[in-house]
Amino acid sequence: MQQRENAKNPKQALQVRQSSLSAWQIGARTAGPKTVHLKSAQKHEKEKQQSASEQAGSSTQNHLEQALTYFERVKDYIPLRKNEVLQKHLATVESIALQRGLSPEGLNVLLNVALSGHLADTVNSRILKCLIPASVIAESSVVSAVSWLCVGKCSGSTQLLFLRWLIAMFDFIDHKEKLHALYGFFFCSLQDEKLGMQPHLQALLSLYKLFCPELVSITLPAKMKVRNGLILPACSTDTNNPARSKEINHVDILSHSESFPVEQLHTFSQLLQNIHRLEFPSQMGSVLRNSLLLHYINCVKDESIYLRLYYWMGQTLQEECTWYKLDNQQYEEEFKDFLDIVYKTECFLQEGFSSCEEFLYKSLPLWDGFCCRSQILRLVSWIPLSSFSEMKPHLCEPLAQLFFTSSLYFKVIQVLLSFCLTLLCILKLMSCVNVVCFSDCCSRNTTLSGLLNSVAELIHFVGWISTVALRLENNATFLMYFILDFYETVCDVYLKYNLPLLVMPPPGVFYPALLSMDSVSLNQLCYIMYRYRTNLVAAKENELIKKTILQFKFSSQTYQEYNQYIMAMVGCLWTSSAFQKDIHPQGIRLDPEVLKKTRVQEVRSSFNIVHHPALMGYAILFLQQAWPEDKTLNFNLIKGRRWNWYLEYLYMQGLQGLKLFIESSINRVSQPCYILILTSP
Amino acid sequence: MRRSGRPSLRRRQDMDTPDSGGKTPLGRKTAETGINFTSSTRFSRGLTFIRGHTLFGQSPTRRIIPQTSLLQENADSQKIAFLLRKQWTLYSVTPMYKFSYDNLKEYSRLLSAFVAAEKQKGLAVEVGNDLGIKVTLSTILGLKGTDQDQVAILVQIASRSQLPFENAEDKVVWSGWFCCISGDDLLESVPEDFTCLSLFLANGAESYTAIVGSWFQKTFDCYFSRLTISPLNLAWMAAMWTGCKVDSHIAATELVFSVPCIPQSLDISYAIHPEDAKALWDTVQKTPGEVTQEEVNLFMDCLYSHFHRHFKIHLSATRLVKVSTSIASAHCDGNIKILHSKHLIGVLMLLTELAISQIQ
Repeated sequence: MQQRENAKNPKQALQVRQSSLSAWQIGARTAGPKTVHLKSAQKHEKEKQQSASEQAGSSTQNHLEQALTYFERVKDYIPLRKNEVLQKHLATVESIALQRGLSPEGLNVLLNVALSGHLADTVNSRILKCLIPASVIAESSVVSAVSWLCVGKCSGSTQLLFLRWLIAMFDFIDHKEKLHALYGFFFCSLQDEKLGMQPHLQALLSLYKLFCPELVSITLPAKMKVRNGLILPACSTDTNNPARSKEINHVDILSHSESFPVEQLHTFSQLLQNIHRLEFPSQMGSVLRNSLLLHYINCVKDESIYLRLYYWMGQTLQEECTWYKLDNQQYEEEFKDFLDIVYKTECFLQEGFSSCEEFLYKSLPLWDGFCCRSQILRLVSWIPLSSFSEMKPHLCEPLAQLFFTSSLYFKVIQVLLSFCLTLLCILKLMSCVNVVCFSDCCSRNTTLSGLLNSVAELIHFVGWISTVALRLENNATFLMYFILDFYETVCDVYLKYNLPLLVMPPPGVFYPALLSMDSVSLNQLCYIMYRYRTNLVAAKENELIKKTILQFKFSSQTYQEYNQYIMAMVGCLWTSSAFQKDIHPQGIRLDPEVLKKTRVQEVRSSFNIVHHPALMGYAILFLQQAWPEDKTLNFNLIKGRRWNWYLEYLYMQGLQGLKLFIESSINRVSQPCYILILTSP
Repeated sequence: MRRSGRPSLRRRQDMDTPDSGGKTPLGRKTAETGINFTSSTRFSRGLTFIRGHTLFGQSPTRRIIPQTSLLQENADSQKIAFLLRKQWTLYSVTPMYKFSYDNLKEYSRLLSAFVAAEKQKGLAVEVGNDLGIKVTLSTILGLKGTDQDQVAILVQIASRSQLPFENAEDKVVWSGWFCCISGDDLLESVPEDFTCLSLFLANGAESYTAIVGSWFQKTFDCYFSRLTISPLNLAWMAAMWTGCKVDSHIAATELVFSVPCIPQSLDISYAIHPEDAKALWDTVQKTPGEVTQEEVNLFMDCLYSHFHRHFKIHLSATRLVKVSTSIASAHCDGNIKILHSKHLIGVLMLLTELAISQIQ
């Protein structure tokens, strides 16, 4: 107790940071008799106990002092066997050390004797294991201990144990200045196979190496990963593989320059300066989180990089795929994060990974359409373009199945839209680049016309599922909006993306939109038809002046299809000849006899811009504003000049699609008005 | 009907179509420094060549049975014997980058240190400062299907004997081996920097398997995955192994089926006298030395209908989980025991094929 109170620097003890030991220490101190201040009522009782414990303490203290004196005087080898004195003192030291720790002086004596080599290894090991400081450890003790290591008196296992003890107790050392000066010695001992291969040291050094690789030149085994799981490999240079280090050395000799470790790569300018001497990370998967390395591998021609990445990613996706696991709750978040990283990388590289593509092809048929949905669907949009025959069974059919069983049709529609957009962008890129590069891109024996056909088939496919979905959902306006949004892109491909591709919407989409109850859908359809017209006219003009794009031209069937739709539309909206002027085979032409039987009055005008269910609301408002006193709502009043006024009124209500359509597709100058149909060139 | 352990993949029957494998579509111009700023399609297009003819994990509809022992003359009989009659857990391994057969000693040293470090992880000052663990990597000569196959590697973890005798032998506590039997297709598709040892078999504590696996993954940038065997492939094994001739140690052909029930699943064991099974197979097989998917189906259907006649249970509605024959036994979880050295290569050839189809 006395010695403890006399500890050189009691304040230091409060600064210790090592939680478990310092907690123990504080506990021991507050429980200790001298530091307790109690209220007077309890004081007497406590003082009694205190004196009793002090008595007991002083007797053990004597034993400890005897033991320490014994160990201090050891000058020659003392065997453990049949040495009762040694055994007694050893037991005393052990029991007191475990109870209340040892003073700095005690630690000094015991360290010296344990490392002097005078005692058997088993004794040394027992002593070292009970070197628990009550307060602090004197720096001088550690320095002298290290000097014992230098003379090599003690065995390797004792040295090792001392080093472990040193690491565990590091925070209890009162000063560290002199100790810092000894680091050279510690680093030197790391080269020793037995001493150096300690997980604690390695962990510490790997950390150093991560931040200051130039200071840690020794080889460190890598950190391990028990589960194959989704821990992305750390981005570190490989130092473990002799085959690879040899190779690097070889390169060094040739190029007279040192390689640049990836750990040090932090800025783009560093990348540019060191691009010729950059080392690859030991696990290629680590590049996913490192945009600088992504830049780098994107411009390095080394097949092995792609192969390593390909295998790693393919296996990781397959192994971690959540819907293959029975108990998938806990892994789903991890897997989502991983898919997000893959997607971001694909966006960064502007390219899909083939391992990811294969994974999607393999696993989409088994997907429930729910797990990691947004991640999966986004990845689908990065699937490289291939022939539709390959894509259809693996991709389109599983998605279509989900589409029909999902209540959230529009989400999938959106995805298909983004999917098509991506394909279109790729096509656009490809039409810009030269032919040499082009043939490279299409290594799966695909030509431009083949790719165009694929995209056309894909658009037809979207048209087909849209038709089915509209029927299933009773032409829901929301769904219709997304579908027409898709066709707004499709109709403009020729002019916007410079590609000879024009696919009309199927009748299953066109007619529900034309006869829709909603003015937004009708307006959208009008705009789409206007854009189809603009594209077709431009194509026709280019055709006539032989400025063909990539020597492709639209078939006359496309023009014919367009004309059929335009006649049906104008017949409905403008000329009040609904059900008559429709020549589309799947159109809404009806026999006059049949129409008569319906007994609906003025059938022919029931879909013109006044009577159309989507526009009738506007007509009523128009009538109310123009003739406020007339309560009969006589639609027949909208005629002649008033028809034109009404039209202006509609345009003012924001129906710009309708305006563009009427102004482009109907010639109103000559009487009777006629529809501007197109002839194929 | 049957549910497979791994996701069942779409199988295409047109396996005979010529593949475009081997072609490397990397005809891009390169600057002298090896840096090419124009390439933008490497990740998706540069790899088409490795797809070969096993697109999306299709299983072949026809397989060849090697008739005789194909162990090469220089085969290390002691090591081969060590591989037999042990329960091995199967893994597939992607090609290893920069693995060198010249460095096995160095690898042994590094792996020993790694295993020791991992075993002691988390201990501060602990008893038993030396775990006495020694890892040895060595080659298994002669374990090849074709001359192109890469040499098999045996990894053993031995704990040093605690006995103070000089000649006390180390005790092997864990072993694992890499091989690739007739893996030409994969080998041809990867550059020289890669070593294809696609099949890995482990015996011993799983913690060691994890440590060794992670060291290989870290050092050679490869990936280990458990290799499970689908009921379809188990049926193939049942048929192929039944057809093999065995002179000694003849054991019954046993098929174990699992019926998912609540609360406990029910296992049905169906044992057939090996001669009866062989007689049945001989009537099914049309061309000796060759097995087709149709023959496998027919063989199994015959066994099913026989069982149904006696027990009124449709085995086709259950799940085949284990196959044991005189040649080898295999469990759907990916455990295998090979009994005859004569048929070692044949069994490994099929397993290699399954491993490769898992990594491609």
